[in-house]
Amino acid sequence: MGGLFVLAASAAGSLPLGVTESGNWFLRNAWLIPLLPALSFVGILFFGKRLPRGGSELGIAALGIALLLSVCTGLAWMSHRDDYHGHETHLSVVAVDHDGHAADPGVHQVHGEPSVAVTNTVTWFQAGGVEFTAGTLVDGPAVMMLFMVTLVSLLIHVYSTDYVAGDRRYTHFFAFLSLFSASMLLLVVSENTLQLLVAWELVGVCSFVLIGHWWEERDNSDAALKAFLTNRVGDMGLIVGVTILFFAVGAARPDTFGSFSIVETNALASSGMLPHTTLLIAACCLMAAVMSKSGQFFLHTWLPDAMAGPTPVSALIHAATMVVAGVFMIARLYGVFFEGLSIAGTSINLMALVGGFTTLVGACLAFVQRDIKKVLAYSTISQLGYMVMALGVGAWTAAMFHLFTHAFFKACLFLGSGSVSHAVHSFDMKSDMGGLRREMPHTYRTFMIGSIALAGLPPLAGFWSKDEILAGTGGWGLLGGTGGNGAYTLMLVMGMVTAALTAAYMTRCVYLTFFGEFRGHGQPHESGPRITVPLWILAGLALVAGFANLPKGFQLVPESLQERFGHYVEPVAGYFPQVTHATPSWSLAMVSTLVVLAGAGLSGHYYFVRVTRASKAAGRSLTELPNGPTTRLAVARLGHTLLANKYYLDHLYTGIVAGGTKGPVARFAYRTNQEVLDRAVDGVGRTALAAGRVVYHQIDQKVVDGFINGTGQVSTDSGEKLRRIQSGKVQNYAAILFAAATVLAGLLIVFV
Amino acid sequence: MLLNQFLLLSAVLFAIGVYGVLARRNGVLVLMSIELILNAVNINLVSFAAFREAVPGEVFALFVVAVAAAEVGVGLAMVLLLYRNRRNIDLTEIDLMRG
Repeated sequence: MGGLFVLAASAAGSLPLGVTESGNWFLRNAWLIPLLPALSFVGILFFGKRLPRGGSELGIAALGIALLLSVCTGLAWMSHRDDYHGHETHLSVVAVDHDGHAADPGVHQVHGEPSVAVTNTVTWFQAGGVEFTAGTLVDGPAVMMLFMVTLVSLLIHVYSTDYVAGDRRYTHFFAFLSLFSASMLLLVVSENTLQLLVAWELVGVCSFVLIGHWWEERDNSDAALKAFLTNRVGDMGLIVGVTILFFAVGAARPDTFGSFSIVETNALASSGMLPHTTLLIAACCLMAAVMSKSGQFFLHTWLPDAMAGPTPVSALIHAATMVVAGVFMIARLYGVFFEGLSIAGTSINLMALVGGFTTLVGACLAFVQRDIKKVLAYSTISQLGYMVMALGVGAWTAAMFHLFTHAFFKACLFLGSGSVSHAVHSFDMKSDMGGLRREMPHTYRTFMIGSIALAGLPPLAGFWSKDEILAGTGGWGLLGGTGGNGAYTLMLVMGMVTAALTAAYMTRCVYLTFFGEFRGHGQPHESGPRITVPLWILAGLALVAGFANLPKGFQLVPESLQERFGHYVEPVAGYFPQVTHATPSWSLAMVSTLVVLAGAGLSGHYYFVRVTRASKAAGRSLTELPNGPTTRLAVARLGHTLLANKYYLDHLYTGIVAGGTKGPVARFAYRTNQEVLDRAVDGVGRTALAAGRVVYHQIDQKVVDGFINGTGQVSTDSGEKLRRIQSGKVQNYAAILFAAATVLAGLLIVFV
Repeated sequence: MLLNQFLLLSAVLFAIGVYGVLARRNGVLVLMSIELILNAVNINLVSFAAFREAVPGEVFALFVVAVAAAEVGVGLAMVLLLYRNRRNIDLTEIDLMRG
């Protein structure tokens, strides 16, 4: 890459990128982190079955070292962020903007103490005079994701050694967990969008394989296929978006016709050197990818079905890491989205709307699930919607912070649900659970911590990140606005309602699982230490992770402890757009807490008071009131039916979209087949038959056969004569050779 | 010295070699005759190289020597195998490939 950049102070027509190629060893060699699990994948595939623990030890060792490296990289990044004062790379650009006016590349001023990301690239391949690179881009979000992914992945590896113990494809399972970790880590350190695309597809494949881990059951392989195919829809958007950006960047650079580099794309987009229309189209295409990968409404339908996979897979891939790839991709290409969707200064845009809508519909769906993992799956959809909404309103740091905290408490909840199902051999809350708090104290406590963190009660992790998102909408008018990029009041309302719904459905989930009387069969028991220890570590993180980003102006702690996460994670560089930060608001925090309490209180009153009373009266453990609102009110019944059928989206896709096109197309194809093709084929056949007879008798028998037989006769005759030359004696051959050479030499002398 | 003398020597050697290849019945002697032919070629190459002061000819002669060594190695191995199997290396009696 080096030759393409001009290393100089800001000369005319050169754009500061905010990246450098020098830096601490750990920052330059972050490629080792994805490499380790990749090696372990190969190792497990080839030697896994011969190892005493079936290959799981390789995966755990690789992830352990990767976690260590990630922590070192994180620490190195912190000191780099605070102390780096060296030069940064500049990009030479065509100094005219899209309107043909002379552009000033220095127009994008960085406010605050700048951060300089560290890149390390090698040439991947060259084609058509363009150099395609592969490499790492290490900055705040990458470092945060490296830490989060390796930590959660390591814990889930440990958990899995107990959870899938004795499975018939134990080694295979760990091999693909390793491959998944490698792909996800590759995705987060990707330096260019092409590499990102490769990693994006790789995590998709791992997701497919692991959802279908128990493929002997038809449902599981169907779910895997559904996940894969739904993701293909979005992947198309990603490919198109990335290609658009490739050529858009090329148009702004004098020395090449395209580039996949993430920093270049962002820097050019942020400095206004890419046409707005191009950015808008690219952002919309990329949104399709986000909607499928991160389960946004209306491409979210695969995510609940993906719960057919083993629970550790659900926790790792379909809650904590892979599904946030979409969110991370927005965060990575934020310059494109920020400019393309005009996030600053509006009060509604595509991304905020998609996110806000998803967060609401996901939360509603979580109410009608019997399967504990499906509750968590819809909750994941809802929380991913929260993150996308946050990015949509310009609250970048809040979104990344929520991604960070969500990974811990949602992994904790999923692993908790796995622990419960391990004990009762079912995921059905209504028929097989209840009253488990006595038998499973560790799971119960960690699940409670995770639930409270998810609901967002202070001082647990979810509260801080959720509240930052709400403040980031800038829609809080009471006692002065909170600033931000625009007055996204609608998003604030959506966020508030979702907060109440989240608290309510988690109360329901906790009641059905851990309270009341046990409704299943057998004697449930607490899981072993390899399950409870990861649970406690994640619960501990769910307790404290929120303190990583205490809001600015939070008077209870010294200023040096405020906004640490934002300081180290949010880039302040040429490749990051100029977002406006919202100011936190005490009144908003209090109101949101009250909303959460109200949601939990209403749900709690229904379950803990009324259902408990009805249970006592009925003499058995009930899961709902015998004559609840859904049996009494037509509107509630209608709503319940709508939710139970998942808004009829699956019907829409398979019945109307696929079925509607399938029927007419099939009928048309049948008619064409019968009346046009068949007749044509019949006619051709009859003609061919008649022609064939003539050809056989006249041409084949007489002309062709005569010719063939004649050729054969000639060959036999000449062979009979020529065989005498082939005496088998080497000296006869030599004599012929030399004679021929003599003749040739004679000819040469005579004629030349 | 004239170039002619070398070419004449080379031609004589070549003729002796050809005679040997065609007339001798002993396999080892045929191989030796082939060596004569190759060396006749070598003399040609080297003498022309010296005459025209062009090094590639000499380099080429070196290659011929190396290839000849390899060829005679293979040839002798074949003669050895023939002897082991038939107790006889008379080439006129070897006509398994007769058509």
